[in-house]
Amino acid sequence: MATTEKLVGQAVLRKEDPEFLTGSARYTDDLSVPGMLWMGVVRSPYAHARIKSVDVSEATSMDGVVAAFSGADFDWAGPLLMAWPVTEGLHNPLHYPLVTDKARYQGDGVGVVVATSRAIAEDAVEVVKVDYEPLPAVVNMHEALSDDSAFVHDEFGTNESYTWANVQGDVDTVFADAPVVVKEHYKVHRLIANAMEPRSILVQPNPASEQYTMWSSTQIPHILRTAMAIATGIPESKLRIVAPRVGGGFGSKLQVYPEEALALELARRLRAPIKWTESRSEGYLATHHGRDQVQDVEIAAQDDGKILGYRVKIHANMGAYLMVIAPGTPVLGGFLFCGCYEGLAYKTEIVGVFTNTTPVDAYRGAGRPEATQAIERAIDALARRVGKDVVEIRRMNFMPPFTQATQSIGGLMIDSGDYPATLDRALELFDYEQFRKEQQARRDSGDSKQLGVGFSTYLENCGWGPSRVIGGILKYAGGGWEAATVRCHPTGKVVAVIGNTPHGQGNETTFAQVVADDLGVPLEDVEVLFGDTDVAPSGWDTYGSRSAAVGMPALHRATSRIVEKARKIAAHELEVADSDLKYENGTFSVRGAPSVTRTIPQIAFSAWRGHDLPEGVEPGLEESAFFDPENLVFPFGAHICTVEVDTETGEVDVTKYVAVDDVGPVVNPMIVEGQVVGGVAQGIGEALFEEAVYDENGQLLSSSMTNYAVPSATEIPSFVTGNHVTPSTTNDMGIKGVGETGTIASPPAVLNAVVDALSHLGVTEIPRPATPENVWRTIQRAGKGGSA
Amino acid sequence: MTQISVTVNGVRHEADVEPRTLLVYFLREHLGLTGTNVGCDTSSCGSCTVHLDGESVLSCTLLAAQADDREVTTIEAMAEPDGTLSPLQDAFRRHHGLQCGYCTPGMIMAASSYLMENPTPTEEEVRESLEGNLCRCTGYQNIVESILDAAGQLSGAKA
Repeated sequence: MATTEKLVGQAVLRKEDPEFLTGSARYTDDLSVPGMLWMGVVRSPYAHARIKSVDVSEATSMDGVVAAFSGADFDWAGPLLMAWPVTEGLHNPLHYPLVTDKARYQGDGVGVVVATSRAIAEDAVEVVKVDYEPLPAVVNMHEALSDDSAFVHDEFGTNESYTWANVQGDVDTVFADAPVVVKEHYKVHRLIANAMEPRSILVQPNPASEQYTMWSSTQIPHILRTAMAIATGIPESKLRIVAPRVGGGFGSKLQVYPEEALALELARRLRAPIKWTESRSEGYLATHHGRDQVQDVEIAAQDDGKILGYRVKIHANMGAYLMVIAPGTPVLGGFLFCGCYEGLAYKTEIVGVFTNTTPVDAYRGAGRPEATQAIERAIDALARRVGKDVVEIRRMNFMPPFTQATQSIGGLMIDSGDYPATLDRALELFDYEQFRKEQQARRDSGDSKQLGVGFSTYLENCGWGPSRVIGGILKYAGGGWEAATVRCHPTGKVVAVIGNTPHGQGNETTFAQVVADDLGVPLEDVEVLFGDTDVAPSGWDTYGSRSAAVGMPALHRATSRIVEKARKIAAHELEVADSDLKYENGTFSVRGAPSVTRTIPQIAFSAWRGHDLPEGVEPGLEESAFFDPENLVFPFGAHICTVEVDTETGEVDVTKYVAVDDVGPVVNPMIVEGQVVGGVAQGIGEALFEEAVYDENGQLLSSSMTNYAVPSATEIPSFVTGNHVTPSTTNDMGIKGVGETGTIASPPAVLNAVVDALSHLGVTEIPRPATPENVWRTIQRAGKGGSA
Repeated sequence: MTQISVTVNGVRHEADVEPRTLLVYFLREHLGLTGTNVGCDTSSCGSCTVHLDGESVLSCTLLAAQADDREVTTIEAMAEPDGTLSPLQDAFRRHHGLQCGYCTPGMIMAASSYLMENPTPTEEEVRESLEGNLCRCTGYQNIVESILDAAGQLSGAKA
């Protein structure tokens, strides 16, 4: 039966939930196959050390150990894929799954063992003897670029990987003439994604046909297939990559990992299935980290706070190697250091730096949280300088509202925007004046607990992405289109196949909502398939908030083709002209005779039988589409955070959080709110608690979940959310992305609130994360009249 | 090898296990009950929470041998045999209390045990009860609402 009520826009409950709620979801580590062997990776305990010898003989003599190898035992067809050479002269070290010359970070793989059980593999790793000659470790970027630094990659004679720049207008003149220049220095600390599911891999070879199936906890089965073909030489046509249920990613599974290539190569060599699952602590070393920038930010302005220009220099830590999109990660923010504000000139220069640390790559927001925290904190600094309120300074600098694509001073062609509107909406949900009164009362009373409020009126770019643009000026090696197939079965059931691979985003529900509406079938009649390169052979996977913005339009295009073809068949059956048919909610009806109809399921049956199709129409009702957007999409919004800071202990309590986001038309408000709230919670963790810390020898001090502070339920507040809709002009559904907005917007809102709470004590800056220790020290320094 | 006899989800299992076998791997690898997940190696995340004689425990910090002659309940036994979700599971679904689902079995097991202890908790009490269960997707808000709803403690129209 055709349904009439539209599902798009409704808070439809998730189709996928019962599986997760009953424990029947299958993640990679839940899978096993007969004859499966376990892989263990021997990792360098040193951040930087020459490998003099690797002796696996004791390991191979152990009961249950099948084989053990050093890096020298492999001859790879190619390196691990690095897909984003952002500049012509970029230094990109060839990166293979195991090193043979020297280890370049604590956790770098130097050998591998294969055993009959997980436990034996762990034991065998311990007895592989590696003779290391420790070398001086290059840990921080400042030292890395100094003249007397050791080199992470000797062949380059420098630790600089690249310098990328985006210059718009005459920056130096604008700064030379500006009456006010604010200079800020920020350290955006290093983070660990902590997807709750550790990475896991299972490779099943078919030695006779030389076909291989790899299950991996990955966000990118399609990219991984190509990358595995490059690394191992196994033809892509013989590789099937499956991302089964994936327990969170946040960018950390947007990667081509050494263990994936190793497991595949070992399955080929040993002609046996190979399994590997990282322990959490192993993952802290071996799964890429995120953020880690040092930012020098300058804003030029008039005396009244009207911004004239932006000049930003970024040092971005790449870690020991360039991982799949690592050089481009900071570049994703390279157009956004002006946020949603106007100006006359703009310059961002990004220097990628090698260090002897775990490689750094995308973490939820990837480059955009870094840029957003810079501009949103710096504009507060400008407000302090010129004596303006933080709301007023934002309003006077916003780009005015626009509904057609408009150029920003950062060089982006923005799809649509109404920045004052989201700020207005947020202020409807938060009584700013009342808060300022309460804040003043606390200050006046000299209470040890002080109140602060922080704003973040962010803009971001996502919906990765237009292939011509990302492959053009951005120099990305891959594409950014998405592929969909919609298949109508003769019984009226529908299968939608999509190249995006969710890991918590609820695509099975939202994509089914779109298909059900387009074809007029019930939600339960639509199955959404993904995450298996044999089922969904084409696609560019999931990252950069692209599933709804790029995948859904692809799906919508495929259903439109279904309708076009069905119209021909319906017209033939009803003996009318195509143009005499009206299509609504899955039903074709004859104009003037509304009771004469055909539904999509009826046509699907006709097309399947093929008994009486119009001339030139092929049987079957199945269509595919590729969608390549013309532009990125640009969500924006206004976030307001209030905090209570204990000035005696430095403890920060988030007391209220208001998030108003414009992500275009909302397909499922429940899921969108879930993305926003989850993202903001991660951003609060970033602002207040989490930090990956190395000592001066390159040893990771935050080496397990016991000393890396993933926030718990008591540390995260309840949220107030609101939305605003400005349709994107990039796709015909008007959709923008939502997966990363919360993490992009929230850290500066929180940090600005902490500074605001302490501003009457002379505090103008707070180190990230604003842990009790950092806050307390800042208060002490300010009290002594030092620069805070 | 150690011989153990453990009742899991109402079924008695006799098995020989290596003495070092953790309860979670006994459940996952010997019995094929893969609904109980492993999220860390430091007893920090709570993903592996199961019930031992009715109380929630971390199955990654117990040896299988410690469950000898005792009763274990896992996520696989929480719904009705016909698949009907328990009120708590259903509340998680209605409140979007899960995204990637990896922490969810541990959350359900921890919360169901907590609600037996305290059937009418406040929001603050629910948050405190979840301190040992980490979720990276949801920001906890909807998990807390799910649990309050299941307890009949959700105020206003949201229930």
